[in-house]
Amino acid sequence: MAGKVVTISSGKGGVGKTTATANLGISLASLGKKVVVIDADIGLRNLDVIMGLENRIVYDLVDIVEGRSKLRQSMIKHKKFEDLFLIPAAQTRDKMAVSPEDMVKLTDELREDFDYILIDSPAGIERGFRNALEPADEVLIVTNPEVSAVRDADRITGLIEAAEKGPGRLIINRLKPDLVKKGEMLSSDDVYDILGLTIIGIIPEDELVLSASNSGIPVTLNMDSKAGMAFNNVARRLVGEDVPFMNLNGNTSFLQRLVSFLDGR
Amino acid sequence: MTSLLNRLFGRSKRGSGATAKNRLHFVLQHDRINLPPERAEEMKKEILAVIVKYLAVDRDRVEIALEQRDRLHSKLVAEIPIVNESHRAANQKLEPPAAVSARVESNGVDKVENADSADTSYDSIADKDEKDQKEPVADKTKGDEPRDDDKR
Repeated sequence: MAGKVVTISSGKGGVGKTTATANLGISLASLGKKVVVIDADIGLRNLDVIMGLENRIVYDLVDIVEGRSKLRQSMIKHKKFEDLFLIPAAQTRDKMAVSPEDMVKLTDELREDFDYILIDSPAGIERGFRNALEPADEVLIVTNPEVSAVRDADRITGLIEAAEKGPGRLIINRLKPDLVKKGEMLSSDDVYDILGLTIIGIIPEDELVLSASNSGIPVTLNMDSKAGMAFNNVARRLVGEDVPFMNLNGNTSFLQRLVSFLDGR
Repeated sequence: MTSLLNRLFGRSKRGSGATAKNRLHFVLQHDRINLPPERAEEMKKEILAVIVKYLAVDRDRVEIALEQRDRLHSKLVAEIPIVNESHRAANQKLEPPAAVSARVESNGVDKVENADSADTSYDSIADKDEKDQKEPVADKTKGDEPRDDDKR
């Protein structure tokens, strides 16, 4: 089996990389793929709590790289999915504890047993990002429809292309359709015009994402969540399905669209 | 209803989203070629300072701007209208413009595009047979052109 390494990056912090990684991991696993997610944010471990696996950690990424633990025994199996595993970041070390070459070696080993290896990149453009980028076959860039996040996404895009890992595909996270309609938020088309990257997902703002992270149950597992559905669609596009983008406005019928047009909404 | 009218007549007010887009376009233009706005202004002044040593330029209508098709294709486009000597002489004679002149002012306009064609840019200026200037102008324009390569 020749697994694919997908790195989730953003440049700017707080745009939803870890949430995206967790949800894509779950979605891919629910599509029947064998998946391992790696938290590359050494020193600021977070993917474990988003996935609700924080109690099970014994070994971490640095233990594996430094040979203190075997790969198999260090991976944490997800409670619900047999074929979904987490490799957590070390909490007490820094990014220099792992090199880009270490990551290539590790992921090459994982490729043999898994369909997808997702790497949650740390924010920034330094060593941690380099570690996450080096083994990537594909990069997903998470951004928010907001000036500073888009600017950083552009910066990261340049670095990804310079490393010959591009072009990345874009996940626009936390889009608020109401604000876009009022002209008070960048639309996905605007972001596309500016960055020129293919969009693989548009995730609407959804309060359920917070509840999900509170409880450690990623939002894709919640059938009522639009954000969850949107993440599911990203996973399906990632495996090569042609999935239309969700209508985020809630107006489906022609009549409703006409009414909202006449209303100027 | 007013919003419908606005919509029909294209008068709908654009919100802060449009401002965000414009600001991003501006900031990314400079980010992508690694030349901050202030430095770009300095560069324009320097370019112009060299040109006016050799040519009479209509300063009010000078435009030197960055254009960007996408993140890998930036160019510096300059429109530097040159005041044609004979026109200038004619205009001076007509001052004050008491009589209606048959002659319409037409300043010669030379276009300097450097990303694709640093050569043609100096050619067009060299038409004004100032051979000496070709070195400095060509250098200037070339200096800020090829940054795209770094980004690849």
